[in-house]
Amino acid sequence: MPRTDPIGESRLIQWVLIGISLTFLAFIVFLPLTLVFVEALRKGFGVYLAALKDAETWAALRLTLTVAAISVPLNALFGICAAWSVTKHNFAGKNLLLSLIDLPFSVSPVISGLIYVLLFGAQGWFGPWLRSHHVEIIFAVPGIVLATTFVTFPFVARELIPLMQAQGTEEEEASLSLGASGLHTFWHVTLPNIKWALLYGVLLCNARAMGEFGAVSVVSGHVRGLTNTLPLQIEILYNEYNFTAAFAVATLLASLALVTLVLKTILEWRYADQLAASHKH
Amino acid sequence: MSVAVHIRNIEKRFREQSVLHNISLTVEGGELLALLGPSGSGKTTLLRTIAGLEFQDGGDVFFGDINARQLTLRERRIGFVFQHYALFRHMTVEDNIAFGLRARPRSQRPSEHDIRSRVFELLQLVQLDGLEKRYPAQLSGGQRQRVALARALGIEPRVLLLDEPFGALDAKIRKDLRQWLRELHQRTGHTTVFVTHDQEEAFELADRVAILNGGRIEQVGTPTQIRQRPENTFVADFLGQTATEATPIAQILPMKRKPQ
Repeated sequence: MPRTDPIGESRLIQWVLIGISLTFLAFIVFLPLTLVFVEALRKGFGVYLAALKDAETWAALRLTLTVAAISVPLNALFGICAAWSVTKHNFAGKNLLLSLIDLPFSVSPVISGLIYVLLFGAQGWFGPWLRSHHVEIIFAVPGIVLATTFVTFPFVARELIPLMQAQGTEEEEASLSLGASGLHTFWHVTLPNIKWALLYGVLLCNARAMGEFGAVSVVSGHVRGLTNTLPLQIEILYNEYNFTAAFAVATLLASLALVTLVLKTILEWRYADQLAASHKH
Repeated sequence: MSVAVHIRNIEKRFREQSVLHNISLTVEGGELLALLGPSGSGKTTLLRTIAGLEFQDGGDVFFGDINARQLTLRERRIGFVFQHYALFRHMTVEDNIAFGLRARPRSQRPSEHDIRSRVFELLQLVQLDGLEKRYPAQLSGGQRQRVALARALGIEPRVLLLDEPFGALDAKIRKDLRQWLRELHQRTGHTTVFVTHDQEEAFELADRVAILNGGRIEQVGTPTQIRQRPENTFVADFLGQTATEATPIAQILPMKRKPQ
């Protein structure tokens, strides 16, 4: 095989590598995703629509969107705070904070859910106090929001930290020495420099928040029409051998994820030059 | 406009290590002074301490008769030019230069019209008119350097501080910019301190040079004074080394002739 460029691999190796990647993707990602849609439409479009029109499904969709609408902004805020403090300042316990940010990635989601049951459940630490004040957290929406927030909190921070580390603090120093206040510096210097990474983090965080199963399953209590999110609703339908409906709801969830991905791609394509500029000088 | 900077007994430690020992130095109003020394001699730390980007562990900095301790970083009004310029990468040249004026509290902020005309004056001063809509990534190194300078001048600084102003540029541009900076200084008259490790640069550009080593000032004087009477072996060695390597013969000869 002739070599086409001095540092690249030979053509043969290129083809083999590309081939392996494509085959792998086709089997692991594309095929299952297509199957979801095929199964959902197996009994015809009418049955598909009927499954989607179900009141419990609508309640599940509403709950999923509500939970994402609360936990994603919370994590965006937390992610910015964490990334800011880790990358722009030096303090004792910085490494501990970094490890804590990664904790939800390394802990099984089931355990994440159980933590909240142990804290706020009827037998938990705060259980009696909460009951006497008529506050419901476990088997209610607040518990689902807490569990989702916990599981998804690394996404924004993890996206921002490497970028902010690479950008350093010189621009902030320049801004302060030019007489800007801390807040002015944040809005006009720091935030514009991280906005794309922030957006990525938020999109990823959102995709995961809508799809989270394990942790939510533990704290939700599976009350139909009340505390079932889309993933839980799919499981219930599937366990009841209601396959068409299960896959129909699954297409809804998959579509939400696809919309997120498409949005990300469009943004990448539309603002490619600005993106490049924010990575190099 | 041109205030003197008095540095009194500055001490600075990073963790346990002492990086500045008892530094005292006066920069006269309107003077162009170079901090010259090998890397690790503390010259950049001293510059950052004057700017208020680092806090000293002891000693004081005065601008005229104002103790800098009474001033926040915002109030110091220091024009600081960073070694790698630290331009705001998402802003155009024009917005970069206007940044300091726009960041002022509302009561002290000039009108948008005045800001714009000020920006265009500065663009002309640094010979970049016509490039105001460009982004930093679209400029050459020398152009970025001049934007950084215009941005620093935009806040009408008490003092202008430059960290290795030509460090990131290639040899040809360094020489041109050096000449140009000298002329600019003569025109604007700001008290200016710049850091360099390049002896030729320091001696050609500065009114006076302070030579630093290991966090101490070894000698302060005009280029001629230092060349003719190095006060200690460090200065003599430091000059000797670079002189034989980098300075043209014509500049070394008068120094050799003197002791006879």
